[in-house]
Amino acid sequence: MTYTAICVVAVLAVVVLDRWVARTRLTSTRTWWTAYAIIVFFQLLTNGWLTGRGIVRYDPDTIIGSGDVTFVGDGRLVYAPVEDLAFGFALVLTTCVAWVWLGRRTVERTP
Amino acid sequence: MSLPHWSYVAMLAFCLVGTLPLVVLFRLGVLRQPTRLVLTILAGGVPFLVWDLYATSAGHWRFDADQTLPWRVADLPLEEIGFFVVIPLVSVLTFESVRAVAARRRQELG
Repeated sequence: MTYTAICVVAVLAVVVLDRWVARTRLTSTRTWWTAYAIIVFFQLLTNGWLTGRGIVRYDPDTIIGSGDVTFVGDGRLVYAPVEDLAFGFALVLTTCVAWVWLGRRTVERTP
Repeated sequence: MSLPHWSYVAMLAFCLVGTLPLVVLFRLGVLRQPTRLVLTILAGGVPFLVWDLYATSAGHWRFDADQTLPWRVADLPLEEIGFFVVIPLVSVLTFESVRAVAARRRQELG
């Protein structure tokens, strides 16, 4: 599978997790989308650092873009492949789903 | 090790410096729920770490040896593994901060 293909599957899987498996329904809340908007801004900065500097480098056969590291275009956004946004979205949503789901089940409570 | 070797670590530090103060600022109880937090980081981080291990071995991406620290675990830089602790933590702190602000606003309006 290419990075692109795994990303599509991952995003769909996590949305299914949120809406039907864990039933946290975060993707229906303003709170989560507000948090994600903040996170994605910093994700663009940090991904831009990692990819723009060439700390992480990608096989062009596995991403939408050609492999040229450009600020915008050719499948890139702030130097990072657009697939990185999908990876980040899936990771962040999975984490928040787990946090909320566990919060409804653990004995620990915020004082 | 020269300065460029710390490039990836610098990014992780930037994320932590940007979000840990939120605990104080919004009086978040996140760090006082260690079991929940650890389980959350595992639930969020582990599947994507597995993905990363696969993607690295399949050649989807690779890491610049000159800009990462020399140590590797299963072919991943230590910092890449750190990514899957730091990013879930950052996500929870941001989410709870937004929740705290929303709750405060509801209180003021109510």
